[in-house]
Amino acid sequence: MIGQFIDGPLWTFSLAVFVIGVVWRIVTILMAGNRPDLSTPRGSASSGAIRTIFSRSVYERTAATRGRLLQIAGYLFHIGLFALLFFAKPHVDFYAERITGFGWAAMPHWAFILSAELAFLGLLLLWIHRLLSPVTRLLSDLDDHLGTILVFLVMLTGCLALAQSFEALRLIHLLLAELLLIYFPFSKLMHTFTFIMSRGYTGATMGRKGVNA
Amino acid sequence: MSEQFEQGVEVLRQQIDAKISSYFSSCVHCGLCAEACLFYTETHDPRYTPIYKLEPMRKLWRREHTFWGKLGAIFGLNQPLTEQDFADWKTLVYDSCTLCGRCSMICPVGNDITYMIRKQREGFSVAGYAPDGMKEATVRALKIGSPMGVTFKTLKAALAHVEKDTGLEIPIDKKGADYMTLFSSMEIVNFPEYIESIARIFEAAGISWTVSSKAFEATNSGIQIGNKEAAAELVNRVVVAAEELNVKYVVSPECGHAYTAIRWEGPNLIGRQYPFDVVHILELLEQLKNDGRLQLEGKSVAPMTLHDPCQIVRRGGVVQQPRELLDGVAENFVEMKEHGVMNWCCGGGGGVSANERAEPLRLRVFERKKKQLQETGVNTMVTACANCRIILEEGIEHNEMDTEVISLTELVADHLVDGPK
Repeated sequence: MIGQFIDGPLWTFSLAVFVIGVVWRIVTILMAGNRPDLSTPRGSASSGAIRTIFSRSVYERTAATRGRLLQIAGYLFHIGLFALLFFAKPHVDFYAERITGFGWAAMPHWAFILSAELAFLGLLLLWIHRLLSPVTRLLSDLDDHLGTILVFLVMLTGCLALAQSFEALRLIHLLLAELLLIYFPFSKLMHTFTFIMSRGYTGATMGRKGVNA
Repeated sequence: MSEQFEQGVEVLRQQIDAKISSYFSSCVHCGLCAEACLFYTETHDPRYTPIYKLEPMRKLWRREHTFWGKLGAIFGLNQPLTEQDFADWKTLVYDSCTLCGRCSMICPVGNDITYMIRKQREGFSVAGYAPDGMKEATVRALKIGSPMGVTFKTLKAALAHVEKDTGLEIPIDKKGADYMTLFSSMEIVNFPEYIESIARIFEAAGISWTVSSKAFEATNSGIQIGNKEAAAELVNRVVVAAEELNVKYVVSPECGHAYTAIRWEGPNLIGRQYPFDVVHILELLEQLKNDGRLQLEGKSVAPMTLHDPCQIVRRGGVVQQPRELLDGVAENFVEMKEHGVMNWCCGGGGGVSANERAEPLRLRVFERKKKQLQETGVNTMVTACANCRIILEEGIEHNEMDTEVISLTELVADHLVDGPK
């Protein structure tokens, strides 16, 4: 009964909240508007925007030790999570059945294990850093911790579900993923989408000035 | 709650555009921006983390632009912005930020934190929380025409000295000249050698130029304090003067924020494009050199390094020109380890130099520039901003260092080929 609810209506509801919520957040940001820049450009705003959207993913060498740890942990977590989310076989099958109607090549089991280890290591490093560093302790709020905890639990139950192959574990994993989808548009997790806007805006501003940002 | 505070909050509310909304939405509180800020690296005080300086604006954004903020406001679960917030944050907003823009270059999600602080200052200024020194400088700029109280009479006296020393005539209010040159008060008062250098270089290159008696001041306190009305008024004086003289170009002097004010913010402040182009003096010199109109001879053999003024280089885009000019006149040019768009600020930009309250902190964070200098092992530092220059000289004096600071324009003038061009 509960399993059917998690597998059926709750999945549909959470997906709808996620999609509508994300679109709503992006639209509200865009609707805030920006004034047109009347200064004579030295360079191209669009080229600057595109460059910065990609270049800010490149390792920043000028950061000090703490900054290097943050960046490496960030790479581990995001690359590992991306691989798990889109190339773990159960996920590919799930998307094909529930969303896309078609599948794609999934990664082998060893790659799944490696991705999971990288993602866990990165997430835990970032979280430990958040708890220990005076800078992030001062900055962090409930949302920062809630998002981390939810992602951690989704990843943990996902790995357990794959390892144990119990239906109950799969349902717990799906339930947590659904809670994450519902929470997503109202949280910092929105940076998954809005980073393109923030990088783009800054890149465009700096591109007009002829600065590679 | 005072009326002035409410007006400040309203102005702050008006600053939240799509850029700022996307920046707050993207920030994951990683704290990496702290590593880019000299106020943090030299003190290790987490309050100096750049994004933390924006908590008042974030509080307003969260309450009025997010689901949880709006829900919390309905049920009284989150507090609105208070006068105490402004009082608690005023030193972070004005004393510990030079608007240098280094944090904006390092943020992983691309937030232009400097832009946000510049905008936040608009609200703080209207609410009455700007530092007295900056407020007084702005009043002097509006009333007298210069933040340091320099009048046209003062400039005229300085120009007379230059004319006497060089034997050159400095054209004033010459209609139809190609270039109208601006100065900063600091150049007129502290570094008149800059004016002399300009006169000699322009004569040598055969430049048609003039100085306006109505608008000679390039600096703009309104930009630093965060008062767009004052900033627009100061920009407009220059624009009107340039239009009256029908010049093709306005030359921004060796002053960082003056360049940002007139080149990048100016048209947006007055709401229209200029009928002339704005060119920074370094851009012009490099152009003249490339065109063969600026003939230089000999090179200084003393090892030299370059301090990149933040508003000219990182925030202004004049990155290669100073290097190409230096290569033409310096035999042993040594780059600092972190240079160009990632150079470290002198510590006195963004109005901090006009803020007496900030002086002890400013001198403390000069340690970063001191380390940079010591890494190069060079005793001559070239720069292209009068404000940087005075701040660097103060820091050097305070630290009893054996370092000379010179102007790049003056250095170029020292290498002019003699004789008529």
